[in-house]
Amino acid sequence: MTDWLFLAEVCLAGIGAGALYALTGVAFVLIYKATRVVNLAIGEILMLGGYAFLGFAAGWGLPAWAALPLAVLCGGLFGAVVERTLIRPMLGESPISVFMVTVGLGSMLVGAVELGWGADPLRLPEFVPNRPVFIGEAYLAPKVAYGFVAASLVIAAFVLAFRFSRSGVALRATAGDQGAAYSVGIDVPRVFSLAWTAACATAAGAGVLVGSIGGISPTMGVFGLSVLVVVIVGGLDSIMGALVGGLLVGLIEALAGAFLGGEYKLLATFGLLILILMLRPYGLFGTHEIERL
Amino acid sequence: MTSELPGSPVLKVEGVSLAFGGVRALSKVSLEAAEGTITAIIGPNGAGKTSLFNAISGFYRPAEGRILFEGRDISRLRPPARAKLGLARTFQNIALFRGMTVLDNIKLGRHAHLRTNVLDALFYWGRAQREELALRQEIEERIIDFLEIQHIRRAPVGALPYGLQKRVELARALAMRPKILMLDEPVAGMNREETEDMARFILDVKEEWGVTILMVEHDMGMVMDISDHVIVLNFGQVIAQGRPAEVQRDPAVVSAYLGSGDVGELSRRLHARQAA
Repeated sequence: MTDWLFLAEVCLAGIGAGALYALTGVAFVLIYKATRVVNLAIGEILMLGGYAFLGFAAGWGLPAWAALPLAVLCGGLFGAVVERTLIRPMLGESPISVFMVTVGLGSMLVGAVELGWGADPLRLPEFVPNRPVFIGEAYLAPKVAYGFVAASLVIAAFVLAFRFSRSGVALRATAGDQGAAYSVGIDVPRVFSLAWTAACATAAGAGVLVGSIGGISPTMGVFGLSVLVVVIVGGLDSIMGALVGGLLVGLIEALAGAFLGGEYKLLATFGLLILILMLRPYGLFGTHEIERL
Repeated sequence: MTSELPGSPVLKVEGVSLAFGGVRALSKVSLEAAEGTITAIIGPNGAGKTSLFNAISGFYRPAEGRILFEGRDISRLRPPARAKLGLARTFQNIALFRGMTVLDNIKLGRHAHLRTNVLDALFYWGRAQREELALRQEIEERIIDFLEIQHIRRAPVGALPYGLQKRVELARALAMRPKILMLDEPVAGMNREETEDMARFILDVKEEWGVTILMVEHDMGMVMDISDHVIVLNFGQVIAQGRPAEVQRDPAVVSAYLGSGDVGELSRRLHARQAA
């Protein structure tokens, strides 16, 4: 006999976690779409957001409502600096070289965080209301629920901005053809900078949400590995793909964790990855002609 | 052998040189495009025509020399700033925004000129909506009807045949309200009929819109038919310029295109080509 309530709770938890994958996936896609850079450091930038929040909230004793925007701001600033100093000089180099720069950036961030805060996992100060959330009869951990709501709002804002704002249109045009965008008066380098800033700010925000659920540690960047699966499943250059892929991966991880055991989580995720790569190498919603790395 | 130019120059290139590593793509190229005329740049492959275009539109920064637009030095401006001043261009290998419709592609030509700010545009209020409607009307009436592409307005550009894609690129450039329209091989790869259509559009743009046109083209028939002034590049240098008929008779041009007329040299070239 199936326990329907338990299944519903597992699914809810999966969707809740999936929203955070989707949010980080959107950050990844934003950078890829605008600049064609595969940013493997996205997980580490997410981690940086968590530690920045810890620094502001615990270190400086700021309240959460001030520490969260500051952490997001830090992420954005970091993204802008990285784009200007590490990525833009690599313009025109082979994609593999730029990709390796982001891998190196990730390791440097892990090292820097270990130097600053040590290698042990830390808990973020509590800032999410603790009252249990019930949807129908199903229980949902409040942090997961609030994380889901926050992620959904940010993603919705992104989708609207992408569709209607001038920056969004400029970004889509740049994604379509850089030379053409440049020639019709779109400031392509500024679009690059904007994409990195917005994406890293988003990742940092996601880091605070992820950290509030599971705590933070220098190895928290492996979250980025699941996000990589998310965007490959959804299609590297599709916001819609990041959304669907995020929810799918969250759901599958939760189901595998609940019914097969925690050690099967990653197995299920990467099983999905292999399946998608065999059936649709460009992802569920991706553009067909994406160069392989 | 320079013939007198009608009208004053809108665009002036003065002694522009450009090098990639040890390869000199352009050396001390000077030319002028007079207002309301069609100036064609011709020359064998690798002569530097597209490099010159890229230098004028700001994609490449010349090592020396100046580029003047309406008397103003624009050599240090980046491409978006030049686009705003009124330099529009098309590309040799079609550069369209894939995944968007024809109409969206054309509207993006006006992107740089819109005054709406982010907040207006985000909520699609007031000014944004008025601007959008006015823009759509202008584009529909002036550009789409003019270029005879009504039937494909809503089609995604990627699905269109080559000739129509070229026409959409021209439409987008026109939406920029250009003062100078730079066309990089507008009829390359087109059949006779498509070429004639495009030649007619280019002439109409000059005559009805008063736009100055600078064009790189290999189709000599078309160049000689519609150009007012022809500039010949070879190995990054201007080797001749003048009216189409004058240029056609110029011995330097004949030699650059056909060889020197010396049978021995011609046969050497043929062998070299066969060996390659």
